[in-house]
Amino acid sequence: MWIYEKKLEFPINIKKTDPKLAKLMMEQYGGSDGELGAGLRYLSQRNTMITAQGKATLNDIGTEELAHTEMMATIVHQLLQGATKEQIMASGLDTYYVNHGLGVFPCNAAGDPFTAAYIQSKGDPLTDLYEDMAAEKKALKTYDYLIDLTTDPDVLKPLRFLREREIVHFQRFGEALDIVRQHLNENCVFDMPCNPLRKC
Amino acid sequence: MDKETLLLKLTELDFMAVDLGLYLDTHPNNAEAIAEYNRIVRAADAVRGKYERVAGPLCSFRSMNRCEDKWQWDDCPWPWSRNFNFKEGC
Repeated sequence: MWIYEKKLEFPINIKKTDPKLAKLMMEQYGGSDGELGAGLRYLSQRNTMITAQGKATLNDIGTEELAHTEMMATIVHQLLQGATKEQIMASGLDTYYVNHGLGVFPCNAAGDPFTAAYIQSKGDPLTDLYEDMAAEKKALKTYDYLIDLTTDPDVLKPLRFLREREIVHFQRFGEALDIVRQHLNENCVFDMPCNPLRKC
Repeated sequence: MDKETLLLKLTELDFMAVDLGLYLDTHPNNAEAIAEYNRIVRAADAVRGKYERVAGPLCSFRSMNRCEDKWQWDDCPWPWSRNFNFKEGC
């Protein structure tokens, strides 16, 4: 069960319409390492996670990713708001516009629609946690690249917030991995098969 | 305090609770962090009540409708609107 709260996790107020920047920001909304995929990944994986700490971490980070999905959609929406024909044609958003108008559609910066093929839920606690740590690192790099190409301070502020969250989530997943590894009495050997039919 | 100040304060407190909650997920026996978490949640609840009195309900199916003959949930700008976080709504 989820409760909707009528506010953002971090305030966003973008005053300058910029369809070109909106197009880039879509990468972290519906792209391969974006927030929508992150939420879906963790909330799917939690079902087969082991240890109380591992389950809580996936549940709570997955929930926070939903709030980040809302933030990225908000950034895209506010950047598109009031876009003129000239701006749309000049920005390269024209190919998006003919399909979605100024609507917010989950796709990446190149316009590819979101797909669950971006994520995994492997039914194995260690495998899933390794994927999650890699996912946070990849999202961090995408935010680095988006920040490189952004000058609008109204967009930079929420981007920097979201970038920092990737660092915290990476740390928490690392701690959860450590706890799961200890629970399984696994040594620090980086090849640890875990049979799903075995109770672990 | 006005609506924007209350919203900013609530956003700060809720974020502290989210972040500390994640820390506690993997450090469940840290008494210092638990005490701080409870302090923040109490403070956030107090601000949430004040904010809802001036700005309307915050939560779907959890907040009281304070107006007798008007469903307040539909009112006010939504969080994705420009100026939601900074300008008087309603």
